[in-house]
Amino acid sequence: MTAIAEPVDSYLTAESTIASWLLTKDHKRIALLFFASVTAFFFVGGFAATLIRLNLINPSGTLLGPDLYNRMFTMHGIVMVWFFLIPSIPATLGNFLVPLMIGARDLAFPRLNLASWYVFNISGAMAIYFIVAGGVDTGWTFYTPYSTLFSNSHVMAAALAVFVNGFSTIMTALNFVVTIHRLRAPGMTWFRLPLFIWSIYATSIVMLLATPVLAMTVLLIALEHGLGIGIFDPALGGDPLLFQHMFWFYSHPAVYIMILPAMGVASELISCFARRPVFGYKGMAYAVMAIAIIGFFVWGHHMFVAGISTFAGVMFSFMSFIVAVPSAIKVFNWTATLHRGSISFDAPMLYALSFIGLFTIGGLTGLNLATLPIDVHVTGTYFVIAHFHYIMVGGTVSAFFGGLHYWWPKITGRLYPEMWARAAAILTFLGFNVTFFPQFILGYLGMPRRYYAYPPEFQVWNVLSSAGASILAIAYVMPLVYLGWSLLWGKQAGANPWGATGLEWRTTSPPPEHNFDRTPVVTEAPYRYNPEDGSYVTQDGVANG
Amino acid sequence: MDGLPFWPRDASVTARTVDTIAIGELVVVALILLLVFGMMFSFVIRYRRGSKADRSHRATKTWRFEIAWTSATLVAFLVLFAFGAKAYLYLYQPPKADLELYVVAKQWMWKIQYPGGQREIDSLHVPIGKVVRVVLGSEDVIHGFYIPAFRVKRDVVPGTYEVLWFEATAIGDFRLECSQFCGTDHAKMTGAVHVLSPADYASWLASQNAGQTLAQQGEALFRQYGCSGCHSPRSTIHAPLLDGIYGNYVHLADGRTLLADERYIRDCILLPASQRVAGYPPVMPSFDGQIPEDDLMKLIAYIQSLGTAKEAP
Repeated sequence: MTAIAEPVDSYLTAESTIASWLLTKDHKRIALLFFASVTAFFFVGGFAATLIRLNLINPSGTLLGPDLYNRMFTMHGIVMVWFFLIPSIPATLGNFLVPLMIGARDLAFPRLNLASWYVFNISGAMAIYFIVAGGVDTGWTFYTPYSTLFSNSHVMAAALAVFVNGFSTIMTALNFVVTIHRLRAPGMTWFRLPLFIWSIYATSIVMLLATPVLAMTVLLIALEHGLGIGIFDPALGGDPLLFQHMFWFYSHPAVYIMILPAMGVASELISCFARRPVFGYKGMAYAVMAIAIIGFFVWGHHMFVAGISTFAGVMFSFMSFIVAVPSAIKVFNWTATLHRGSISFDAPMLYALSFIGLFTIGGLTGLNLATLPIDVHVTGTYFVIAHFHYIMVGGTVSAFFGGLHYWWPKITGRLYPEMWARAAAILTFLGFNVTFFPQFILGYLGMPRRYYAYPPEFQVWNVLSSAGASILAIAYVMPLVYLGWSLLWGKQAGANPWGATGLEWRTTSPPPEHNFDRTPVVTEAPYRYNPEDGSYVTQDGVANG
Repeated sequence: MDGLPFWPRDASVTARTVDTIAIGELVVVALILLLVFGMMFSFVIRYRRGSKADRSHRATKTWRFEIAWTSATLVAFLVLFAFGAKAYLYLYQPPKADLELYVVAKQWMWKIQYPGGQREIDSLHVPIGKVVRVVLGSEDVIHGFYIPAFRVKRDVVPGTYEVLWFEATAIGDFRLECSQFCGTDHAKMTGAVHVLSPADYASWLASQNAGQTLAQQGEALFRQYGCSGCHSPRSTIHAPLLDGIYGNYVHLADGRTLLADERYIRDCILLPASQRVAGYPPVMPSFDGQIPEDDLMKLIAYIQSLGTAKEAP
């Protein structure tokens, strides 16, 4: 291989002082800063998960005991939801790719982008504070009146961390919405946007509309806690269900914040490695928007046994079935994309196929939960835990890893060792299923969540789950090792190692600071792959192969 | 389904219905999974790179397929919804109760009171084949009253009453669990439900040192808290008589008509201004914070007994 040196002016090498990183306004560098932060939190949350699974090997739960265990699952939930899953794909891959994919020089507000990272880290520091100071034992849901009146843990510190974190979410979302509206390259019409952009757009809209509700809820808790104004506490004349309504009005859409970007990643990967245009492109774009909108009207399905009226229960059940329809469309379209394709099994594709499988299981068990009488039995049990881990971990984390591998050559200019990556992808899939499938059974058997100790008859399934978790832990550490290795010793990737059609592949790897030497002019729909001979046409009209 | 390691015992009328729906839905879900995974696997194998499969004639008019499977899933999902909703409406319209239990949840125990005055902690004795109605109140935070073998669950929300019912169909001991996180010893807030034959139940009741019935205890409290001073035919203050109000509709001063159930009576005692009966002056003081939860339930049992007393000839 002849030495085609990295372009001297790549965004990585343009400047090398610490200040040039910490004060950068380049979306690509900020993406890497976010990547460092969310990876750190992924391992903090993963550490808590490890202790949870270790504790549950023994039915007596004496390893951690009640108080420590309650703090661990709370920390796991808060860290994973707000400090990993919500920012994971949007703030890292989204930040890196949105301008590149639409042919822009940067996001619309580079300073706001940097501010978002600092705000995220301030909230992260607050989270570390509440963890080190002694933790919180309310669960990530902060249900009142337990959280406001009865818990002796650092509830206000944790709530404040979540409150501040929301501003980072809003800043990033606002930046994406404006960028996608205003900075598309000439010819990049809405229906030429890659589906990843559609999913980031839909996610950003949900972030902008839902996050303020969380902020209000936290403020109301502070008012009740600090000033004794009765809002949620029945002893003060408040209503505890009001808290649940407000919390889930945010937190259910937040679930879509976590899964929609993953759907976007899956669309890119499946199309590229099947050498086939995404089946039903417009339907896919409409489906993400439909999920984003309908997702605002299903929050009551978290409250079927909480004391909402029978009528409300029936309506929320109905809406929950409706929101499943666009998700089903996406699954069918991904599957149809494989039809008559030319499918290769590179590591990103393995992750993408895992994503479809696990997301489908997660989604279908969501139908069980939307069915009222079944939900009454399994809500608050491990069935729910298994269901949302299939979506959040099986779905979002698989897609995050798939996307990371797919765009790693673009981000770093290096190729990772393919065999190691495939092994990690397969191990993730196996470990995941061994960990979480038994939890469906535990849930239907009636094991409630958030129990540090449990009846001995549940032990077999819990031990199985913990065994799976240890496989999963190895599978999650592996990429850290070989991706790190590739930074130093990986082969040069070249501009377009996968033969992909997006504009991000039409610049060098790693890209120069200003992304494109000339503003690309878009003439083509995305995903113009031809499976018969593997040829493709990039979005700016260059035919290859 | 008893005795399988992956399926819980079913021991109530509700459990049978829930299991039937769950198994039916499991079959539908399995079929959909089989369809999707079957297509995925066959495509992935057939169209792997390098295979000789024909890749020409790819579908171009995709909208036909999309409309087809969108409408198919919509119909399938609506059928599932309808089955669930129908069962839910049936299961949560309680039939006439044979027995009423009053349960107070507090960190971290269940206090159960029987109409006959018997009391238990973390343990329920119920007869087989009888409709048992459970009135749930909480002294502190939200708890969850959950009997997995009966497939029934209800959050116990402070400041109000929640109600659930069940009819046991198998004799035996079953787990009672708290299903809503309530603090340190949440996992220890468990108990046992003992389903007995009618004869065993009667002898169990007799073996308990009951003393006065719940309604009699409530009558004593009715005088002790001074309720009888106004709610009495001899009173000079214009307050409604409570005979026979339980289970009937009352007309409120603000024009609403409400069913006088446990929840209504509770609110009348604690927040009298919020739902004053039409035709009476707003003179009743609030007893908010002055009556413990189990006393409230006794008062309600007493007021309920006034209702049934009136029906008697």
